[in-house]
Amino acid sequence: MEKIPILKMGEFLLVTIQVDMHDRLAMALQDDLTRTISQTDARGVLIDISTLEIVDSFIGRMLSNIAAMSRVLDAETVVVGMQPAVAITLVELGLSLPGVRTALNVDAGMELLRASVRANKELYGSRVD
Amino acid sequence: MAVVSTESVPVKSEPDVVMVRRRVREVSGQLGLSLVDQTKIITAASELARNTIIYGGGGSMLIQTLNGPRVGLRLTFEDQGPGIPDIELALRDGFTTGSGLGLGLGGSKRLVNEFDIVSRPGEGTRITITRWK
Repeated sequence: MEKIPILKMGEFLLVTIQVDMHDRLAMALQDDLTRTISQTDARGVLIDISTLEIVDSFIGRMLSNIAAMSRVLDAETVVVGMQPAVAITLVELGLSLPGVRTALNVDAGMELLRASVRANKELYGSRVD
Repeated sequence: MAVVSTESVPVKSEPDVVMVRRRVREVSGQLGLSLVDQTKIITAASELARNTIIYGGGGSMLIQTLNGPRVGLRLTFEDQGPGIPDIELALRDGFTTGSGLGLGLGGSKRLVNEFDIVSRPGEGTRITITRWK
């Protein structure tokens, strides 16, 4: 079965969704990511959806689920690169991606992740491993 | 109103949702719909195709391109499933009898210019959506 690759970069995980995902693939990504976060001790997840032509309620729910699950596992999620037409459609559909942080591009998203990890470390000290 | 072309696409199992999106993307692009309008009707089609499979037990989608006086794309989703007992309730955001978000039906209505739904309990459901250029 096809799979969406999850890349590890330092303490972050990077996912670029480049295919039109069928529902089962979206579910598999959700499971894979959750497992990888806990295995690698990742502090952040960056999901690039710049090549996605649509986000419907199913994919929207997957993004919200990933953000919620990673938060429970002490990792931040940022979704980057949403196309303007996708954003307009998503809001009209009635989906506002509750709990999902977004950034315009990968650079801005990485900066957001680094800043939030920095802020957490300042607040709580470094994580005990 | 002149129907320029008609094509039927099966909506039987989950991978068909991807095919539906792909075909609607191609046809709406050929018609010259704006990118935002394409995105809206593809998204609506994705929601309705999934509903056809999950709640209707599978069915089909009819793609019609319209020309004269206006250019537009019309999609008809049809199934022979259990039907929708209370359409008004089903159109309400957040209402679902499944495990989804309950945005599919009401949401897709907002994404198109025309939305028509006919459903008879025990016989099936037919939903027609149109997006004008």
